[in-house]
Amino acid sequence: MKDNYVPSVKKRQIMELAESGKRIDGRSLMDYRPLDIKPGFIEKAEGSAAVHLGGTYVVAGVKIQPEKPFSDTPDKGVMTVNSEFVSMASPEFEPGPPDIKSIELARVVDRGLRESETIDTKKMCIYKGKLVWTVFIDIFVLDHCGNLIDAAALAALTALFNARMPELEFKDVKQDVTNTLIEDMTPQDGWKEKVHPVTEERTVFPDRKKSPLPLRAIPVNVTLAKIGDKFFVDPSKDEEEVMDCRLSVTFTEDGNICAMQKGEPGTLTPEEVLRAVDIAKIKSQELRNRLPIPEDILKSIEKAKAKKKEKD
Amino acid sequence: MKNEKLISDDGIRFDGRKIEELRPIKFSLGMLKNADGSAFVEWGKNKILVGVMGPREAHPKHLALADRCRIEVLYRMATFSVGERKSPAPARREHELSKVIKEALEPAIFVEMYPRTTIDIYVEVLQADGSTRCAGISAAALALADAGIPMRDLVSSIAIGKVEGQLVVDVKDEEDKQGDSDMPLAIMPSKNAVTLLQMDGLLTHEEFIRSLEMAKKGCMEVYQRQKEALQEHFQKSANNDEET
Repeated sequence: MKDNYVPSVKKRQIMELAESGKRIDGRSLMDYRPLDIKPGFIEKAEGSAAVHLGGTYVVAGVKIQPEKPFSDTPDKGVMTVNSEFVSMASPEFEPGPPDIKSIELARVVDRGLRESETIDTKKMCIYKGKLVWTVFIDIFVLDHCGNLIDAAALAALTALFNARMPELEFKDVKQDVTNTLIEDMTPQDGWKEKVHPVTEERTVFPDRKKSPLPLRAIPVNVTLAKIGDKFFVDPSKDEEEVMDCRLSVTFTEDGNICAMQKGEPGTLTPEEVLRAVDIAKIKSQELRNRLPIPEDILKSIEKAKAKKKEKD
Repeated sequence: MKNEKLISDDGIRFDGRKIEELRPIKFSLGMLKNADGSAFVEWGKNKILVGVMGPREAHPKHLALADRCRIEVLYRMATFSVGERKSPAPARREHELSKVIKEALEPAIFVEMYPRTTIDIYVEVLQADGSTRCAGISAAALALADAGIPMRDLVSSIAIGKVEGQLVVDVKDEEDKQGDSDMPLAIMPSKNAVTLLQMDGLLTHEEFIRSLEMAKKGCMEVYQRQKEALQEHFQKSANNDEET
């Protein structure tokens, strides 16, 4: 028979403590571990952030480069999220192609950002059908002590907040469109004026180097572990090892839900789901208040919102 | 940048350093919870994190060595560590560096004390600014010490470059890319034993002899910083023990 005494003893201990509202590490069921966010940790990236959530350590970097657009969205910029479980982060991580959990992590973070339309990709077009800005968000998990999803989502969002657009270089235009853009273009003759963005507003390109990304939402993810009939906010690694299942919910600043993910094989009743969502909503607002959001980003988000209201 | 001079007429490099001056180096230890030993180095703009796991059971088992422990090094660069995004797939350069870093560290480890096991050393370059293998090796030596692995000595490393005809200590990214040569060297300082030596570019025999001298001197400076970091780290743990 498989030796599973240790997890079952641990699980019993966690459940017994939870009866009186306590956890192994001394937190209440609703508490996050200490959170520390360092924006701009990597100067060479366009944007970056290092996030410590308890012992969990995650670094996210943003690179912004001109690339070919997808053929079905010729006038929209592209965002991709990728995550790497670095082997030093946990004895369970092995070198090699991305682990299925790492792919899930990247996709959950991606969904939160994509569905809330955090990046206004329409403003990221350089030349319709030929060249758009691509935002690469890379998440490196360096120390795994539980709840990677929330730490990664906070790191990715903070990295977007402090990202600054790079300058468009002639070689990028020339290379990516393989001379079909403007055949007689040379670096001297005001090539930038010849490459026009299709959008009416030139907020991103080409006038203002070092301008921030066109952002318009602040999606924050909250993960809860279900153990027995109780929910544990921000599960530690111990709790994740024995949890029945987890639920991650991403809220926008308007209180709308923009992404969800249930994980692990346990089940939830619909009533439990509602309860978890209520808790996640409260916690997401608390986390949002602790995010270091630069003034100009806050303003641009508010502006984007006002504009959207006008349209509606 | 391309047309600018990297060394001024009065011998000052483009980042303000003298010919034999190292960039600011700051080592710290023991920041990771999961790794058995860890070290972080900020070396100029280089930011490199090293985690050590082990000695632990060799996996797969047939790779275990009967008389000593196997050292595995994985040198990786983060996608955002360089100017243009690096593909997440490991490049040939990373494979080669993993190999030479392993061979630079192994002589310092008492591998015979842990037969049939593996020590994994993960070198993660979060930001690269030239001489990453040297910074990585120097940090890895500290991470091994933090893991409590018995060693003959630390390993200290530095790169000597040739830029605009002049030999310079501690090669920065731009100097590597536009310079004439790059020679990384690692030694166990108290054993006077070279554990890594690579060179690319062109040096006269005399220049090589001088480079070797400069490298030895540079490594001693790195060694000093490493020892300071070790002392600070263990002093701190000792103080914490007293308090609890």
